[in-house]
Amino acid sequence: MGAIITLSLLGILVLYLGLYKAKSLLLPVSLLGLVAALGFEIVAWNNGTAPIYNGMVLFDNFALAFSAVCIVITGLVLLLSKEYFSAISKNVAEYYCLILFSLTGALMVCAYHNFAMLFIGIEVMSVALYILVGIRKTDFASNEAALKYFLMGAFSTGFLLFGITLLYGATGTFDITGVKNYLVSNPTAVSPLFYGGILLLLVGLLFKVGAAPFHFWTPDVYDGAPILITTYMSTVVKVASFAGFIKLFSYVFSPLQDFWTPILLVVIVITLFLGNITALMQTSFKRMLAYSSISHAGYMLFAIISLGANANSSILTYGLAYSLASVAAFAGLILVKRNHGSDQFVAFDGLGKTNPLLALVITVAMLSLAGIPLTAGFIGKFMLFRSAMADYHIILLILAVVNAAIGIYYYLRVVVRMYFYPSNTGDDKLAVPISFNVVLIITLLLTVLIGVYPNCLISLL
Amino acid sequence: MNNLFILLLLPVASAILLAFAKSSSMAKWLALVLSLVQVVLTIPFLCTFVPDASIQFEQSFDWISSLNIRFHVGLDGISLPLVLLTNGLFPLIILSTFTKDYRHSFYALASFMQAGLLLVFTALDAFTFYVGWEAALIPIYFICALWGDGDRIKVNLKFFIYTFFGSLLMLIAILYLGQQTPNKDFEWTSFVALDLSDYAQRWLFWAFFVAFAIKIPVFPFHTWQPDTYTNAPTAGTMLLAGIMLKMGTYGVIRWLIPVIPFGTSAYGSVALVLCIIGIVYASLIAFKQKDTKRLIAYSSIAHVGLITAGIFAWNQEGLQGAIMQMVNHGISVVGIFLVLDLIKSRTGTNRLDELGGLAYKMPVLATLFVILMMGAVGLPLTNGFIGEFLLLKSLYSVGIWYAAFAGLTLIFGAVYMLRLFQKTMLGALDSKYVKVTDASKTEVFVLVILCLFVVLLGVLPNGLLKLSEASVTQLIQSVKF
Repeated sequence: MGAIITLSLLGILVLYLGLYKAKSLLLPVSLLGLVAALGFEIVAWNNGTAPIYNGMVLFDNFALAFSAVCIVITGLVLLLSKEYFSAISKNVAEYYCLILFSLTGALMVCAYHNFAMLFIGIEVMSVALYILVGIRKTDFASNEAALKYFLMGAFSTGFLLFGITLLYGATGTFDITGVKNYLVSNPTAVSPLFYGGILLLLVGLLFKVGAAPFHFWTPDVYDGAPILITTYMSTVVKVASFAGFIKLFSYVFSPLQDFWTPILLVVIVITLFLGNITALMQTSFKRMLAYSSISHAGYMLFAIISLGANANSSILTYGLAYSLASVAAFAGLILVKRNHGSDQFVAFDGLGKTNPLLALVITVAMLSLAGIPLTAGFIGKFMLFRSAMADYHIILLILAVVNAAIGIYYYLRVVVRMYFYPSNTGDDKLAVPISFNVVLIITLLLTVLIGVYPNCLISLL
Repeated sequence: MNNLFILLLLPVASAILLAFAKSSSMAKWLALVLSLVQVVLTIPFLCTFVPDASIQFEQSFDWISSLNIRFHVGLDGISLPLVLLTNGLFPLIILSTFTKDYRHSFYALASFMQAGLLLVFTALDAFTFYVGWEAALIPIYFICALWGDGDRIKVNLKFFIYTFFGSLLMLIAILYLGQQTPNKDFEWTSFVALDLSDYAQRWLFWAFFVAFAIKIPVFPFHTWQPDTYTNAPTAGTMLLAGIMLKMGTYGVIRWLIPVIPFGTSAYGSVALVLCIIGIVYASLIAFKQKDTKRLIAYSSIAHVGLITAGIFAWNQEGLQGAIMQMVNHGISVVGIFLVLDLIKSRTGTNRLDELGGLAYKMPVLATLFVILMMGAVGLPLTNGFIGEFLLLKSLYSVGIWYAAFAGLTLIFGAVYMLRLFQKTMLGALDSKYVKVTDASKTEVFVLVILCLFVVLLGVLPNGLLKLSEASVTQLIQSVKF
């Protein structure tokens, strides 16, 4: 709970700092606040046994681990933002403040124990993002993205709320344990309202994680938003949404598994193929990452259909691995775009010669996204595949493997451009600010560390 | 000093060290020294190895405890020859690059690949095996694509995706097997002890077989190979043909047949026929090649086809011959590729119709080439003879027609190898090659060592055969079809 309170206060503090023109303080204060919030999470480790605040939130290790991942990734995003935000806008304080508010919402989604809290969390997380996506006020694409995101988001929130209402109608409670007890005590006579509720909740959540067939907003929004906001959306928001998703389905709705598993199976297959095949067609690195993030949502859904003992830790591992790789890739993209003014694959030409470290980090990130051993991404994929195998979804796995082979093609494309093509702007080094180098090295080390010795992460949950 | 873990760790440490080397000449020497240290570290294993059927020098650590994955490695008579081959060839391959201008990253990648290869040959846990399998693939992709020529980007992308897809199929099979074991672990011993349903074994066989067949490569999964070999830098080709394809044949011996006996008995003959088609087909194509490297690439398909056929025959001679021939093929093919590279660097061409008469200008090279070629063709008193003899004998015990068609490889091999020799070394010397110089001292040194092994293993094959005998006997007895 300490973390949520800290972050809410921190957001307000940052806003005031902006008001008093203390621009140089924004980043250090935000980072300090994040460290404090992370500290609260660590202190609370192994202490959360019962829900608090009238059963509103539960800080068990599951919630704490996912919250910690969200906080760390946000920290990395903020480290990148110093140079970035001041270059694209005058109102820097609002960025920090909104990201922190959005993070607060994400933590609520990780820790909810009541449907009201889930709804509030998702809304706090999303409303801040609607503004962030459109914060480049004069940019046409940014505005379009914000409008699309807002309309689609509001629409999906409607589904979510309606679903919660139906569940309430069936069970008479918002408390997730209460809902679960209803299912356990009436295994045969579950009200039809309940099934309707599950379906609507599913639609709402699939919207949020950007899974097909509710993915149409993702490419445009990811493409139009400022790169760092895209980074934040495709990492923190996704991880938090999946934390909420898996808690709901693996804990609350698990008795009705036979009802929703076939639906999710179809969703997964469509998501994987749609995401991958469209990513294959892209010539822009940013759009490729946007489409590939759809396919990653598909992989993460594996954990939800297979409620094995390791489902939670596999989604945590995958989420962290994917987030680290995405942060590294987007950081590289920011640098390339700033220097070459383009986010096409061609802009990466010759990076292996001019900036070996940057190229190495992007390469490792791509290998991690593709799921090559000794990177974190492989461990995540391995765990997800293994949990799918526990239920003998062999056909699904074969389809997933076909997709992984498609994926390697477009992930390697940028690697090919970096190493095997000569630079088209001469041998000029890209200027890499220190904060970027720090982030790049952190993501590289963590990716390799989790890839080589994943025990440190997996044994947490 | 026979800690297997250190043997596996040193190449990784070398790779990291080499990545930070300042200049390419420093990296060369450093890589050579480190690979020689690796050789020195290997010697105690050979000296203290007891040639019985047990798995020795075992090391097992918890890796991912919640998934019951262990880092488990060990050596027996089947893996030891391949570890010796890998560590023995590495300094020679590095030495052969001394006349070239490779950057330090080349040596770092090569060292990293060595770690992956050793992991594959020593792994006793399927997860460990898979990690090594992929860890060897990434560096060779970069080596071939960075320093290759021709259409290197496209060719290597095909190679990478092809093999990656194959390994993913294997991953599914590994996951399935892990799910079947009582403790949900990935140990080789628990895989072998499994009692799988016939139905499952049918698809498991193909999942494993395709992964290995792509790597080896077995007809019809070989289409990536000639292009990749031809366009790769010579050191890369040596790594690919000399060592890496043995990952596939070793995988068949260790992970396919003992784990999936019923699948093997159901489809083993299909695999055998594919191998033999590959032998004949690749030999016929090798006749017509105009490019020297491509010729050897196809001849390599024929040779490994015979090795794989011998493995699927699954008897004492077949397995021992296969192990013997894996080592032999590694030695010969590295030597021959080095010779071809020397010719290319002196004359500037790989094309057979532009070459000829070089023996006048390169007498030393020509002599060494003859020895290597005899080994590759399988002439008595060279290493190739023992291996091919055993392999054909094993095929004969399966069926006379298998042996008859596979035996064509001896005749065909002699024809295309002699044609290669004749077109490059004999005949009239073109006037533009009058200034061609013979092999340099380092190059002669490398070739002489390789030739020594060709003769040594041909005259005294018993040492190598003894190493593997007990393990092979036990493995064959343990598999109940």
